[in-house]
Amino acid sequence: MSRILATAVCEFRIALRNRWVSIATGMMVLFALVLAAAGSAPTGDVGVDRLSVTVASLTSLAVYLVPLLALLMSFDAVAGEVERGTLPLLLTYPVSRLQILLGKLLAHLAILGLAAALGYGAAALVAVGSDPGALKGLASLWRLIWSSVLLGATFLGAGYALSSMAKRPSGAAGLAIALWLVAVVLYDLALLALIVTDGGGAFTTQALPVALLANPADAFRVFNLSAAEAVAAAGGIGGAAGAIPLWQSAASLLLWPLAAIALAVAAFRKVTP
Amino acid sequence: MTPTLTISRLTKAFPGSAGRQRIQAVEALKQVSLTLEAGKRAALLGHNGAGKSTMMKIVLGLIPFDSGEVSVCGAHPGSPAARTRVAYLPENVAFHPALTGEEQLRHYLSLRGEDPRQAMELLARVGLTPAARRRIGTYSKGMRQRVGLAQTLIGRPRLLVLDEPTSGLDPVSRRDFYDLLDGLAAEGTAILLSSHVLTEVEARTDRILILSGGELVAEGTLADLRARAALPVSLLVRPAPGYAARLAAAFPEGSQDGDGLLRLACRQAEKLPLLARITMLGSAVADLDVIPPSLEDIYSHFSRRDGQ
Repeated sequence: MSRILATAVCEFRIALRNRWVSIATGMMVLFALVLAAAGSAPTGDVGVDRLSVTVASLTSLAVYLVPLLALLMSFDAVAGEVERGTLPLLLTYPVSRLQILLGKLLAHLAILGLAAALGYGAAALVAVGSDPGALKGLASLWRLIWSSVLLGATFLGAGYALSSMAKRPSGAAGLAIALWLVAVVLYDLALLALIVTDGGGAFTTQALPVALLANPADAFRVFNLSAAEAVAAAGGIGGAAGAIPLWQSAASLLLWPLAAIALAVAAFRKVTP
Repeated sequence: MTPTLTISRLTKAFPGSAGRQRIQAVEALKQVSLTLEAGKRAALLGHNGAGKSTMMKIVLGLIPFDSGEVSVCGAHPGSPAARTRVAYLPENVAFHPALTGEEQLRHYLSLRGEDPRQAMELLARVGLTPAARRRIGTYSKGMRQRVGLAQTLIGRPRLLVLDEPTSGLDPVSRRDFYDLLDGLAAEGTAILLSSHVLTEVEARTDRILILSGGELVAEGTLADLRARAALPVSLLVRPAPGYAARLAAAFPEGSQDGDGLLRLACRQAEKLPLLARITMLGSAVADLDVIPPSLEDIYSHFSRRDGQ
């Protein structure tokens, strides 16, 4: 455990020096504030408190931003060590590859958690500032923060796996961007296209829930929207959230990080310095 | 006492591939055997590609091997037990440029389960105190090498594996470095190092191992290798003015250059009789130099014999 912590402290310090901490928090705060400002119009008639509405919009933001930040922080984790030539020496130390990855994960999760808390917190302050009744939505804000960390863990693990498979950081960066595009953007577009062609048939009722749960980003969205009962406030794919029991999206959200990290460790074990 | 490092009949081949074309496998090590006892310093010599780094990486457990046996402090190379007892200095050691020397060492100390507060003391031992709080990105190659050296001193390792440890160090730092090694060896650490600089290896190691084309072609103390190579001794005889022709006539086996300087070569056993013949010429000889075979000559002799 002390070796994991030592690695985490070292990685956090490097991220601080490389301005990753400020970039991640800056991006989150900026986007959250823009959303809070833009989303301040349609309240009142929805019948829910202002913060819950903000959380619903933040969910849509986090689906894109959290995986992106996680992949940006993780693609260099192994390939960068290989390129700098620091990996052979590290691997002769009495520390296991699992411990190295967990240390990096801990540091990167701390940064993501910090960025999410500050970003969402800023948006929440705006919401509460204009509507004191918005304090009712604090539970959904808290849920959004920890589920963002879980979503981040999934994409961090995926990023480490890609970083181990690629020989160079540039290759790992390309793979990371491809993964982000496919998992976060194209996947949803494909589902939307299928829903439209299906016209409420068997695909929409049978396959769609499974397809949503199979993608960590969609599971995250479904979980937050259905938990906040804010399905009505969100359009598009999120509208399907009502059909999926909460425990299923929660399970997907919990199992994905484990699967991604297991994949990362398996890929890292294959790296010969 | 069991040796710190035992290697027997170690063989390693790299699967050859150039792009998509598979070419013949490269045999990096062939049936190499050696033992290294506690407190002994062994120098590994060889051309680039002779298999030095490959052997070191196998000892460290970084890469697998094909056949043979390797035992590091009684454990399998790369096992947690072996890793706690072995320290490594890679060739061209690198660190994260954003960390300071002190932070990097604190991290390495934590990974070995030692108190991170020893970092400054370790940096002082390699003469890096003034730069300890600067980022490693600003360090020169020699300074990075010292950080690398400092991390090998953590926690009294039983075996030190040093790949080209003195590259990038100036002559004074090199001497300090070997002084450090002497201290460690005296405490019982076994040291395996590779080097291109033969003259420094000569004085500061107990044993020399010469690798060539993946095979261990010679092993022993410098005196052993010198005797076994039995290379000729050179004698340079400078004639007194006007005596060049007489000197050449007396030693028809020698070769003479334009100035009249006569070069003779003989086996070790023939050296004294030859010297006697030269001194008999009396005032015809102005000066005389005896040049024993250099370490470079001995090294070339062994590494060429079975090599490429």
